Amino acid sequence: MSNVKYTQDHEWVRIDGDVGTIGITEYAQEQLGDVVFVELPEVGKAVTKGGEAAVVESVKAASEVFAPIDGEVVEVNDALAGEPGLVNSDPTGQGWFFKVRVKDASQLDALMDEAAYKSFVEGLH
Amino acid sequence: MSGAMNREGRPTRPVEASEAGRAVTATVTGNRGLTVEEPLIFEQDNPGAIGVDLPEPPHVRSRLGAVRPRGRIGLPSLSEPQVVRHYTRLSTRNMGIDTTMYPLGSCTMKHNPRLNEKMARLPGFADLHPMQPMDTVQGALELIDQLAHWLKALTGMPAVAMTPAAGAHGELCGMMAIRSALEDRNDPRRRVLVPESAHGTNPATAAALGYTVDSIPADARGRVDLEAFKAKLGPDVAAIMLTNPNTCGLFESDIVAIAEAVHEVGAFFYCDGANFNAIVGRVRPGDLGIDAMHINLHKTFSTPHGGGGPGAGPVVLSEALAPFAPVPAVVHGPDGRLRLVEHAEGDFAKSFGRMKGFHGQMGMFVRALTYILSHGADGLRQASSDAVLNANYLLARLKDVMTPSFDGPCMHEALFDDRFLKDTGVSTLDFAKAMIDEGFHPMTMYFPLVVHGAMLFEPTESESKETLDAFADTMRALVERAKSGDAGYFQGAPYHTPRRRLDETGAARNPVLRWQPDMPAREAAE
Repeated sequence: MSNVKYTQDHEWVRIDGDVGTIGITEYAQEQLGDVVFVELPEVGKAVTKGGEAAVVESVKAASEVFAPIDGEVVEVNDALAGEPGLVNSDPTGQGWFFKVRVKDASQLDALMDEAAYKSFVEGLH
Repeated sequence: MSGAMNREGRPTRPVEASEAGRAVTATVTGNRGLTVEEPLIFEQDNPGAIGVDLPEPPHVRSRLGAVRPRGRIGLPSLSEPQVVRHYTRLSTRNMGIDTTMYPLGSCTMKHNPRLNEKMARLPGFADLHPMQPMDTVQGALELIDQLAHWLKALTGMPAVAMTPAAGAHGELCGMMAIRSALEDRNDPRRRVLVPESAHGTNPATAAALGYTVDSIPADARGRVDLEAFKAKLGPDVAAIMLTNPNTCGLFESDIVAIAEAVHEVGAFFYCDGANFNAIVGRVRPGDLGIDAMHINLHKTFSTPHGGGGPGAGPVVLSEALAPFAPVPAVVHGPDGRLRLVEHAEGDFAKSFGRMKGFHGQMGMFVRALTYILSHGADGLRQASSDAVLNANYLLARLKDVMTPSFDGPCMHEALFDDRFLKDTGVSTLDFAKAMIDEGFHPMTMYFPLVVHGAMLFEPTESESKETLDAFADTMRALVERAKSGDAGYFQGAPYHTPRRRLDETGAARNPVLRWQPDMPAREAAE
């Protein structure tokens, strides 16, 4: 069973215990084009579902990354500062953005699973 | 075999490479005719060379004490002709409105009439100092006052702040007046509503003033979604910032209803006037119920972009906001003389302060007033009408092969998205690069963000039908080429520029901001 959930804004969150790792999807990175800068939240910051948590800037545009769930930021991916291209090359792996301690696991139920997200993206074209 | 000869026995066409039997593409220097490989001016440093040969200074006692130059300060030494050639050559590398059609949507690259330049160079305007006694600059003050009069007349607004130095600076000025008005009635508010299609400077301005930005979605017609907008209104909303016509090139047809709803909750209506050039002489924004609007003089009244220094973005204000306008301001004295109010006192006691050290960008004021007076009311009206006509002509000539984002006619710019390139392997960026090879400056790309792979064309009023047809024919041919499966051609473009496709990603990820000797040139596509 997959423990990855998706938002309509093209973020993914992978749950491991009470920690959720958050990044943007393959579709999102492809739409953005080459990522040149990522602004991450500070560790300890409280993020709320749907609130702006990070900013990703590509050669085309700057976009907000929204927190898929409430939580407190426990770790950020410092590697993105020197190598923002990881978001393009490995968006769901080394290109993760930040990790939060999940406040309310029931919020995950409202997000899409992989199959639902896949058909959501297909519906966009 | 050579081609036809003329009566004197000379070939009527140049001898081609194959006829000459050898490759002529490689020159000894790498130059191609007048396309000369031009080093940076620092790389041309020739110590000892000098533009002006001044006599040796007489012996004077230095008053600098121990302070004296220890060596060269790193500026290049060149003779005058070397400098002239350098900058003349560089100027030919640029696509500009004086060399080609420049349909950069939202930026309004309109022709700057040369009469404006002549007036701006009159010594009575050009050689003024901002600290001259007011008695000696009555003419300049009158010019500012006259321009202010016409800006108020054309917008139907009672007041104008002349000093802001650009569009975004004007936004800041207008929003500061709104914040001051709210604070003055002890009603500070938190939220500013901004449509999704807004210029990026709108949310940036609101955020810079400490407001929370709340974005309003567009409806299927590319206009503000009226219901979604009303749902977001509330007593904590300070203002809405709306561009009209909007960045999709469409008139916000619900603007009066929007203004009424905004005022009903005690909020203010900021209008981004970047696209005022589409409606001058047709619509007075004051009649629509706006409270503040900046005017980019360079877009609507034809001053050069940036003005070779600070630009000019005057802000018209409603009765409610006028008391909070910045100083300085030109006022009529009791003796008929004009004077400048420099401080927030008297009638200006509620002014929020200063936007600039001095009195605004005089050079731009001269050009804008020249444009207004030389066109007259009928001419201004015709310019905006022609701008809209030209954009609609392009839309009509391209809509069967490209994909317009919204139905119906447009205002001064035509918006397409990249659906027509679907499955061709050609992106909006690739398509734009191929346009450069054809001698046209590309349209605005990937903005507004509300459509996919946006292409925003603004031909402006001054392009002739012949130029518009040449442009449309070229676009149609490029579309056909893209659809014929020749994606590789587009991905390799441009081919005929001094540099091929530049590595924009590399430049953003690893910016090299200072010149260093022997820096290698980097290109992506070659």
